[in-house]
Amino acid sequence: MAAGPRRTQSKRKLQKWLTLIVLIVLSGLFLFPLLWMLSTALKPMEETILQPPTWIPTHWRWRNFPDAFTYDSKSIGYIPFLVYGHNTIILCMLTVSGAVVSNSIIAYGFARLRWPGRELAFAVTLATMMIPFPVLMVPLYTMFRHFGWVGTYRPLWIPVWFGSAFNIFLLRQFFRTIPFELSEAARIDGCSEVGIFSLVILPLAKPALAVVALFTFMATWNDFLGPLIYLLDQKTFTLSLGLQFYQNQHGGGEWNLLMAASAIVVAPMIALFFFTQKQFIEGIALTGIKG
Amino acid sequence: MTVFAASDKKTPPADDPHGRMARANRRDTRTGLSFVAPWLVGFLIFTLYPIIASLYYSFCDYRVLSPPHWVGLRNYIDLFTDHDYFLQSLWNTAFMFIELPIGLVLGLAIALLLNQKLKGMAFFRTLYYVPSVVPTVASSILWLWLLNPDYGLVNKSLALLHLPHNFTWLNDRVWAKPGFIVMDLWSVGGGMIIYLASLQGVPQYLYEAADLDGASPWDKLRHVTIPSISPVIFFNLILGVIGTFQYFTQAFVMTGANGSVGGPANSTLFFSLYLYQNAFQYFRMGYACAMAWVLFIFTLIASAVVFKTSAGWVYYEGEK
Repeated sequence: MAAGPRRTQSKRKLQKWLTLIVLIVLSGLFLFPLLWMLSTALKPMEETILQPPTWIPTHWRWRNFPDAFTYDSKSIGYIPFLVYGHNTIILCMLTVSGAVVSNSIIAYGFARLRWPGRELAFAVTLATMMIPFPVLMVPLYTMFRHFGWVGTYRPLWIPVWFGSAFNIFLLRQFFRTIPFELSEAARIDGCSEVGIFSLVILPLAKPALAVVALFTFMATWNDFLGPLIYLLDQKTFTLSLGLQFYQNQHGGGEWNLLMAASAIVVAPMIALFFFTQKQFIEGIALTGIKG
Repeated sequence: MTVFAASDKKTPPADDPHGRMARANRRDTRTGLSFVAPWLVGFLIFTLYPIIASLYYSFCDYRVLSPPHWVGLRNYIDLFTDHDYFLQSLWNTAFMFIELPIGLVLGLAIALLLNQKLKGMAFFRTLYYVPSVVPTVASSILWLWLLNPDYGLVNKSLALLHLPHNFTWLNDRVWAKPGFIVMDLWSVGGGMIIYLASLQGVPQYLYEAADLDGASPWDKLRHVTIPSISPVIFFNLILGVIGTFQYFTQAFVMTGANGSVGGPANSTLFFSLYLYQNAFQYFRMGYACAMAWVLFIFTLIASAVVFKTSAGWVYYEGEK
């Protein structure tokens, strides 16, 4: 009674404005670090430690980027960021194709076919997500060493071709939403299970496959521990490992070059995120919410 | 009549117990298994075997080049008795757990703000999430620079706001871990986006009903929103527990590399960092495996605690 429609309306308006103000103020905390990275990456060395600090470089030093790419240190020689980028892309192609192909086949077996022990096998699959990686780390290393795979990319992509619990779960959730009548109709028409999978289900599952590809690409790009353990020769490093190696050699000091090198590693991920936001949100919706 | 006819169709023909139907079942099983075969093989080679091997190694003296040699409980006894580093790494990791409630409240608060219907919200959502897609190595190096005691943006900004600003962050045993926490909270968007997705699934009629009862915004948050999204809070908490125990890359990049073992006075020698060092720098693989199993057990206990207490506050739809 006391709160008439006009008063509620103005209260709503106030709430909107307050939300907006809080969001704008807070957004600085999230945005400024990245802007600072960019700002530092474009400064000459002396300006990075200028007091008080400047946001806009007084001398724009674009050379930092090629310098970071082709840094030639006296002690360790040339740091080949282009080679790292090339290595990372190759590795990403191997993991992305493996994750998409094998997880879709496996998830089809869990989502659309009935066989005894299926529920148990799926429960075990989910349970493997609880196993901390360090538990598997040492035996995997000694096993791959035994295979002669240490120092190659094989430990980083071959296991991906055998599926991963997270992706199986994600695709299974999606496959189950596709009407079963479609499979039945195809079966009655004499279509084989492989045919149903590749001609009926896969074309409909493109959005979910895109999510798997996206998540796998990002995970491979960001992975640090795997390359750290298995890659020995500097020429074979990925960007994440190469960046850490670069920082380790530089120590503090040349922050402008370090930030330029970091920006090179970060930029593709941010660009990818901007262009794939829809798939991203869908992917999270597919996995997170069911609790 | 029709009901009977329909149910008649479904009963298997009694005169054909091992014939067509059984054959069809066998075929289904074969097809099903061949689809999941890659996973079964992968599970045996890349999960089951390593688990068993790691448990075995944890009871062995194992240094890669020579075969493992059974020593019983020695590694486990050593862990808790004669190595200070182990207990310190355990304490360092335990300290990082204070990040979980902070991250939860912050992530949820931002998600609530972003869930309001305003123009330009998509822009803000993107902006708050972007730090979460920055590769960990790059964000670690960035924060090494931001937390620089003399020239870092963090201390400079605090000075600008006339707040205490002489923090030594990563160079100091007391401030190193808070420095890591500040950095991690920057990528709180990862949890936020999951909360946001679930907030959008809370049925509107619940809020309408609460409005009719004259509920305040706080009441609605406490009695409608939080119970509705509690499964997701639970999910994030479990992920947080697992992630905290495996905190590695940031510590390795920021304080663990370069010969210094684990930051000032080992204050950032986290559990997984020390485990990695044992396995791949000191080549004490058996000892590392014992650590891994302690980690596994702690993870299970912590998750079980969250799970047990969750009975009181997690509501699954249609369960009440």
